Amino acid sequence: MTLSTMDFYTQAILSLAALIGLTSFLMLGQGRLLRLIFIFALQGFLLTLTTALVAYSLDNPHLYISAALTLALKVIFIPWMLRKEVIKMNMHRDVQALTNKTAVMMGGASLMVFSYYVLHPIVHTTTTVMLNALAVSLSVVLLGMLLMIAHRQAVAHVVGFMSVENGLFFAAIVATNGMPMVVELGVAFDVLVAAVLFGIFFLHIRTSIDSLDVDLLNRLHEVDK
Amino acid sequence: MNWLIAALQTALFVLLAPLLAGWLKCCKCALQNRKAPSVLQPYRDLLKLTRKNPVVAEQASWVFTRTPYIVFSMTVLAASVVPLIAVDLPTSASADVIVMVGFFAFARFFLALAGLDIGTAFGGMGSSREMTISSLAEPAMLMAVFTLAMAESTTNLSVAISHVLNDGLLLRPSFLFALYALILVAVAETGRIPVDNPTTHLELTMIHEAMILEYSGRHLALIEWASQIKLMLYGTLIVNIFLPWGIAENFTSSALLYGLLIIVAKLAALAIVLALSETLLAKMRLFRVQEYLSFAYLLGLLGLLSHIILEASR
Repeated sequence: MTLSTMDFYTQAILSLAALIGLTSFLMLGQGRLLRLIFIFALQGFLLTLTTALVAYSLDNPHLYISAALTLALKVIFIPWMLRKEVIKMNMHRDVQALTNKTAVMMGGASLMVFSYYVLHPIVHTTTTVMLNALAVSLSVVLLGMLLMIAHRQAVAHVVGFMSVENGLFFAAIVATNGMPMVVELGVAFDVLVAAVLFGIFFLHIRTSIDSLDVDLLNRLHEVDK
Repeated sequence: MNWLIAALQTALFVLLAPLLAGWLKCCKCALQNRKAPSVLQPYRDLLKLTRKNPVVAEQASWVFTRTPYIVFSMTVLAASVVPLIAVDLPTSASADVIVMVGFFAFARFFLALAGLDIGTAFGGMGSSREMTISSLAEPAMLMAVFTLAMAESTTNLSVAISHVLNDGLLLRPSFLFALYALILVAVAETGRIPVDNPTTHLELTMIHEAMILEYSGRHLALIEWASQIKLMLYGTLIVNIFLPWGIAENFTSSALLYGLLIIVAKLAALAIVLALSETLLAKMRLFRVQEYLSFAYLLGLLGLLSHIILEASR
């Protein structure tokens, strides 16, 4: 099964998968918070495109609603909220120095290979396209986790968490051609609620340690050392 | 006949390169609200420089005086490998893209030697910086090239381009990565803004300019011309590998003329994009260049991976 024998729909899905993987890598290496949020919005936009494409090619109108929800939540609302938070905290000017960035990037590349290796056995039971899309979405999930480990700012952790959700959503869209509407609505509102909750968390972390750098939490001791 | 067209194409490369540089300058001036010089200004500069006597330092050895000729001829040789208006020419059949990278490395080696030869502080500094950057840029470039080579199972540019043409509109994820990597490498190799500023007058921030600081007269003209050809060559690589439509596949005069028109339009559009990015971006600190280039390498690697993961048959 080579690329030239696939139809245009499959090629487009694969290209979008590659681009979503690329945005994950871009987020991993990004030191500035505003740009990180912008790339996150870009990933959401690619996800919207994927959903709309699946909806169009399968003639599945309820997926359009799902695409619109993704657009509204992940491209507009959550990035807008995070952006407002960052600007209010006056964190958009300082560059966060990532410790050993190259090691993190290489770790990301090996995670991608790993996720492919893990998923390889299912090639007997499914098509190669499915395998590829699933491998990319698993690696997006793992890269999101790596992002949460590598960064110290709480805002970056939220972006990492949301990009994990993006990876799962992509897998669901491509592998099952769209979940039932109820599930999708539930997931969308979960994300919304999570975003609001994170906003409250930000407020609490900030009032207790006067920063969103979670490394400072290590300094909280009952007794002075 | 084929050799005649090949020679003609290389001559076009050499003659059109200053025009591209002039057009790029026009675009930048328009974006920055400055009054632009004529598009033909680079030609006038080159003419003026060739008329002047070169001033050579007393300590200069033969390396210093020969280098401009070596650099220019190597760049022209590299230009003859790249298909500009037609594919399947005999010159491009004789050498592949790795040889082209080799030509550039050869020219760069002599340029760095010439920078050291004269014994000034800035020359040596420029040489060391240029070698640092190129040692990082070259693997990234080769990674992008290998992605192309694996997808088309050849390293010959002309054959690869005809393969891309024959495949028709095919969305290849790996090509997206390779394109991005190649753009990043091209910016670094031709010394454009996020990496190096070609119009700088501050010696401490110079990379490429510091090496050629001691050159004057026709020597300087040759080196400047060579770097203009190099810019055009990278631009041609980008547009012809990834968007090859319009290139002449047979040698009728109408096809060749059409190919010429198309490539001029494509390069002009690419120059607008380059001018836009140069206006929007600020120059990086020198020590951030390795991060930039390792990102380019990572993209090349991802291109290779995604070819194996997403596209290869099994």
